[in-house]
Amino acid sequence: MWALRVVIVCVAAIVLAAGAFFFLAWRSEIPEDAAAAEATFAPELVAKGAQLAALGNCIACHTVPGKPAFSGGLAVPTPFGTIYSTNITPDRETGIGGWSEEAFQRAMNEGVDRAGRHLYPAFPYDHFTRVSAEDNRALYAFLMTRPAVKAEAPQNDLQFPLEYRPLLAAWKLAFFDRGELEPDTSQSEAWTRGRYLVEGLGHCGACHTPRNAFGAEDRDQYFSGGEAEGWQAYAINKDSKAPIPWDEQSLAFYLRNGWHEFHGVSRGPMAEVTGNLSGLPDSDIMAIATYVTSIMGDPTPERGQRAAELRETFEGDYREQAGDSQSSPVSASGGSPGEAIYLAACASCHEGQRRQPFGGLNFNLSTAVNAPNPQNIVNVVLFGLPPADGEASAVMPPFRHLLSDQQVADVLAYMRERFSEEQPWAGLVELVANTRSGAHQVTIRPSDGIERAPHNVGAEEG
Amino acid sequence: MSISLTVNGRPHQVDVDPATPLLYVLRDDLALNGAKYGCGLGQCGSCTVVVDGEAVLSCMVPVMLLEGREITTIEGLGTIEEPGPLQQAFIELQAAQCGYCIPGMMMSAHALLRRNARPSDAEIREALATNLCRCGTHMRILAAIRRAGELMQAASLPKADKGRAG
Repeated sequence: MWALRVVIVCVAAIVLAAGAFFFLAWRSEIPEDAAAAEATFAPELVAKGAQLAALGNCIACHTVPGKPAFSGGLAVPTPFGTIYSTNITPDRETGIGGWSEEAFQRAMNEGVDRAGRHLYPAFPYDHFTRVSAEDNRALYAFLMTRPAVKAEAPQNDLQFPLEYRPLLAAWKLAFFDRGELEPDTSQSEAWTRGRYLVEGLGHCGACHTPRNAFGAEDRDQYFSGGEAEGWQAYAINKDSKAPIPWDEQSLAFYLRNGWHEFHGVSRGPMAEVTGNLSGLPDSDIMAIATYVTSIMGDPTPERGQRAAELRETFEGDYREQAGDSQSSPVSASGGSPGEAIYLAACASCHEGQRRQPFGGLNFNLSTAVNAPNPQNIVNVVLFGLPPADGEASAVMPPFRHLLSDQQVADVLAYMRERFSEEQPWAGLVELVANTRSGAHQVTIRPSDGIERAPHNVGAEEG
Repeated sequence: MSISLTVNGRPHQVDVDPATPLLYVLRDDLALNGAKYGCGLGQCGSCTVVVDGEAVLSCMVPVMLLEGREITTIEGLGTIEEPGPLQQAFIELQAAQCGYCIPGMMMSAHALLRRNARPSDAEIREALATNLCRCGTHMRILAAIRRAGELMQAASLPKADKGRAG
């Protein structure tokens, strides 16, 4: 009798828990809107949506290079398996052609698709939930007026049991803070605008904030650096390793132009970001810079002092010289193997007198040399900076055919010692070998510099 | 300091500073003047040669990195009397105007065709992205590289097949 009672209580508890979970996880389907794809929108609304889509960098994930823009299918590697981005062109069958605005608003707000399925947070709705209904309306207008493309994304390839989407309801319960941000009246208008852009569509934290074991951003380490597509997204808080600290002006210039004379060129996935940001007005770029530099805070006096010395060396009107590889042949004898290679192969550009973005950045100014993880500098040495397609851009030749793993490690160890006060990097040879072999996967994209979307993601223009 | 280099299958001993870029050794010490000095910064591609099958910018590569490696320059692709398929195709399609960039173009194309005899136009453009031409003969260069791919394939077909095809 007693045993039976226990069983009944247990079963009831399980049923209740399952019911509660179902209630929590269940989302209704929003009926298909047959007229959605044919709807017309005010041109101003579509134009505004285009800007917002550029800010959101939507095209980068929702396009396979060489395929039509926004048609999805790009493999997004995660620690939990591969997720394929969806087709967000207005195709009825394979895209969002049947989505009403309501369905689109819900996807942005809650991370739920039209059919009521939870979306994986690879779609950064933890940020997009901050976007206003008005901006979502403009984005919707822009996407629904793109050419419809029939393209089905491959099935996601995720670890068991993550294919089971209702589990995402539990993830959301733990990590998802829904809705727009409360206004902070103590801050300036530019800061507030910047926070809206950065926290919302800009989703900077998606790469620049590290993630916890469940793939959620660790808000306690806000902007302290993360990873994207095999590249390190640097710390953009007080831990930034830029030798000359970023300020509003330099950050705005970098975001506007894709390079800055004290920081070098944007590359890897950031090249897409700066390329896309060209669609935004200066005021928004400045607002982003205002907000992000407020997170970085003022540099310590020692850092400020060092930066002042560097500025003196690298600022001002020095005569630009078209240096060449023979202008200063430095004898390679005597030094360490790394030093010999650096002086013979790297210094002619990186210590030349050619200005950014076309000259090599002097490593006294390099964040990469000071970064805790050498991945980015390994990527650039091995794969170079491929030129932008059909436009002027920074370019660096790859060295993977010329340098062995040991040689790359030697050069980098030398550079770390000479140009940084940080500890030596550990495990360089292995890291270089894994990067070269593809065991550590790196996405190689053309530089930005001057080039602009949609070309910079290789999308076919739509 | 004496450095041993293998260029176009032939061993050479050169007495140079090991930091000297390969281009200078090719032109000044080995009298192989095919590879050209363009920008000296690894940005124009006119100095391109092939090292162990990969296109490499010889103006940037110190010779100290090249001991024991197979270097191929345009002189290794054929002779005036017996031009190789790439050279033949570039002549056939008159792909050169001033010709300064052409050795680099051909060496980049050589590296590409070695691994892919039938490249698409997109693949050719990608492989030659760092080879600049100021005369604007790009369309003929593209055509010549496609043609060279055909010539190479035809040459590698067994005789019997060739007979049937012909």
